[in-house]
Amino acid sequence: MHELAVTESILEIVLDSARKNQASAVTDITLTIGSLSSIVDDCVQFYWDHISQGTICQNAKLHFKRVMASLKCLDCGKVYSLIEELTPCPSCGSINLNIITGEEFQVDHIEITTEETGKHETTS
Amino acid sequence: MKQRVEIVKRILDSNEQLARQNREKLDAHKVFCINLMASPGAGKTSFILQTINRLPKHICLGVIEGDTAPVTIDSDKIMQAGMPVMQINTGGECHLDANMVGLALEELDLRVLDLLLIENVGNLICPAAFALGNHANVLIASIPEGDDKPYKYPNIYRNLDVLIINKTDLLPYIEFRMDYFQQGVEMLNPGLLTFPVSSKTGEGFEGWINWVEEKVHQIRR
Repeated sequence: MHELAVTESILEIVLDSARKNQASAVTDITLTIGSLSSIVDDCVQFYWDHISQGTICQNAKLHFKRVMASLKCLDCGKVYSLIEELTPCPSCGSINLNIITGEEFQVDHIEITTEETGKHETTS
Repeated sequence: MKQRVEIVKRILDSNEQLARQNREKLDAHKVFCINLMASPGAGKTSFILQTINRLPKHICLGVIEGDTAPVTIDSDKIMQAGMPVMQINTGGECHLDANMVGLALEELDLRVLDLLLIENVGNLICPAAFALGNHANVLIASIPEGDDKPYKYPNIYRNLDVLIINKTDLLPYIEFRMDYFQQGVEMLNPGLLTFPVSSKTGEGFEGWINWVEEKVHQIRR
């Protein structure tokens, strides 16, 4: 439901990084999104197609790297993935749990084209 | 030529930066700030009104009301209770963000406040994603919503400091498995401080009021 605000933030981060790296165009954007984040990919893509118009990100492809939620039982040590609903430990039934993955929500990396030739570098 | 640029930045980083600025401002004025979240109809405004009634009079409280539409029903009630209130109309947006709260903070006289309650937009999804700069996140769950909410909306239960279970006066009339509800909460947020209350009868408010008083006292120290 808050995808517009999220998409605007993605554009801001990407444009900032593209500018710092003298990009002439951004071709690909990879996002890492945990399954516990309530974000609908199609919805972000829909807003993206609109708000990226007229920027160097226009026509850039969004890639969603989804990370499944995984939990660790603090009683028996079992690590398990959440397919659907939140469930207690499937081994011992404990509700004493740690969420290990699934809350990721970041811009991972982008692919850009630059005017310069013969130079290839990765910037952090 | 083509080049890969590593970014690894949280998507809502700029909101989080603004939230930190809000927090610094609140800290500088020693105002304890609570972000009250809930679904529509959970009783946020009645809960705030009971809180206003029961807080010792020496605690000066302000309220920021988040609403999706320019309707002042909630703010009017708070104003009638004699408290300074700032309404934010989000223009259809489903949540408050740090920028909106930052603008509201400029309008409130923080020098005279001890406590600031932010009534977020009624929604269990979006408010969880946007930091505001408050000191504590509080969720008001309510009995009629059903006992499955922690399972359906896990995110909002993750970063809570306090959980209120409102409308306990309706427990005799509604099937609500408290054990099942609390098991879901425990999986997401172990040991979460919980106050079952009824904003209608005032039952259960002592614990909540004591907690608020203690927090206000701590920040002013």
